[in-house]
Amino acid sequence: MSVALENKLGTAWKKNPYIASSSLRWAISAIVLVYVFLAVFGTKSISSSLVGLGLVEEGFRFGTFGSVDKFFSGIDVNWSRIQRGLARGQEFVGGFLSPDFASRWDHIVQGMYESVVMTIASTVVGIGVSIPIALGAARNIAPLPVYLACRFIITVSRALNELIVAIILVAILGFGPLAGFITLSFATIGFLAKLLAEEIEDMNKSQAEAVQATGATWLQRINFGVQPQVMPRLIGLSMYRLDINFRESAVLGLVGAGGIGATLNTAFDRYEFDTVAAILLIIISTVMVLEYLSGFIRTRIK
Amino acid sequence: MLELNGLTKIYHTGDKALSDVTLTIPNGQVVALIGPSGAGKSTLIRSINRLVEPTSGSAVLDGVNITTLRDGALRKQRRRMGMIFQEYALVERLTVMENVLSGRLGYVGFWRSFFRKFPQADMDEAYRLLDRVGLLAMADKRADELSGGQRQRVGICRALIQNPSLLLVDEPTASLDPKTSRQIMRLICELCAERGLAAIINIHDVALAQMFVERVIGLELGRVVFDGGPTELTPEVLTQIYGAEDWEATIEKVDDEAEA
Repeated sequence: MSVALENKLGTAWKKNPYIASSSLRWAISAIVLVYVFLAVFGTKSISSSLVGLGLVEEGFRFGTFGSVDKFFSGIDVNWSRIQRGLARGQEFVGGFLSPDFASRWDHIVQGMYESVVMTIASTVVGIGVSIPIALGAARNIAPLPVYLACRFIITVSRALNELIVAIILVAILGFGPLAGFITLSFATIGFLAKLLAEEIEDMNKSQAEAVQATGATWLQRINFGVQPQVMPRLIGLSMYRLDINFRESAVLGLVGAGGIGATLNTAFDRYEFDTVAAILLIIISTVMVLEYLSGFIRTRIK
Repeated sequence: MLELNGLTKIYHTGDKALSDVTLTIPNGQVVALIGPSGAGKSTLIRSINRLVEPTSGSAVLDGVNITTLRDGALRKQRRRMGMIFQEYALVERLTVMENVLSGRLGYVGFWRSFFRKFPQADMDEAYRLLDRVGLLAMADKRADELSGGQRQRVGICRALIQNPSLLLVDEPTASLDPKTSRQIMRLICELCAERGLAAIINIHDVALAQMFVERVIGLELGRVVFDGGPTELTPEVLTQIYGAEDWEATIEKVDDEAEA
């Protein structure tokens, strides 16, 4: 028997810890404990203990946050406001029992039309722009400078939330679905190009290599070696993005970017909760239809 | 004729996969490249058609130095080197016919290939090759519907339709059962003989190599340590290439099989 084995026999086996450094392990555990403590016992006690310890004076101001008390105040609950709001909530939920499709029907049709056009146009344009960017953002087929440039575009698109882009574009282009269309196209790039690029990076390298070895050009390599591998995923993602763009188009209307969201916003402003309910029901059923459609398509392509 | 002069590959991790490999392979000669895993067999083959960029040295095919070529010229030379892969490397979601025709990509323009409008001569050649390997009926099947042996035969067709003068074959039988392995090796060697093709076949099944090839090159740690006929592979030589083992059984088995 070897010495190494003899030393091992009789000792318990333990899995190595995930974090090798024990001090780092303890530090992280301590931080988690403090975090849980704060979450459970609220933050009021901290400010008073800071004051109590004489670290800060009563009423000390924390920059723009106001007093120490306010900075550590947690979430205020205004019970009387909630009581008043509950009544309105009841009215709102009641609207679902008697949705009113009729009285604003023309507006709803107009809004839906805008939304559908916006959704389809932005998805098509978004996918069209995303594909070349995705090819550029896949490290295994693009040279480094192209990769960095495409990743930058994706990052910018992902960093800017749809609402922020829409607000800016509404300010530039005015109210209406044009702003919504451009916003959604831009947002589609960040989503689709990123996920497609990752799919390309995960593809089976040897299939593309075999095509390359025949003397194919770069475009032929993409068409024969890469595209067949990522096509099902691209179609699935595109269907999902169509779904997202429709839902987003309902939100973008709230900031003036047209579509069914604008109709919804108007109905809210007029306190016509039965019309609101009708619009929401339409949105929900449209999303459900899209969901079933994408499920159906994805099972057909493999 | 393929000439390798001092071909060396050092990966950026610092691993020296090939050191100073110098070889000459005349037209029409089928060579088996043997050696343990990690000896640099794959790297050697890939350095020739530059799927791997060699660090130094040169590979010269019929007087053209492939190592220094740039994009367009390299693609032209790649057409002359058919490659057959270990895991077949067929594009699985394309049909058998598309896979075979992809061997012609170096000869047709992008839009023609995009719309799959290959010249009639290419399609006829694809039919002929599929018929030769017994898969004509499978032409419209998707590649992932085929068995391993069938896939490798499609891979062979894809390499041959390039009309190459050299075949680079990377572990063609590694994922196949013993019987299919032999059939595939026999097919490759027959086709090479029919067409007067030279071939470099990476293979770690020594017995199989001895059965079919006329010359064996042994690689160890990126160096050529043996170069000779299949009968010259003695236990001493195998020990030098692979390390100490009882080699008699391996070699004797080969003799039996050759007679059978």
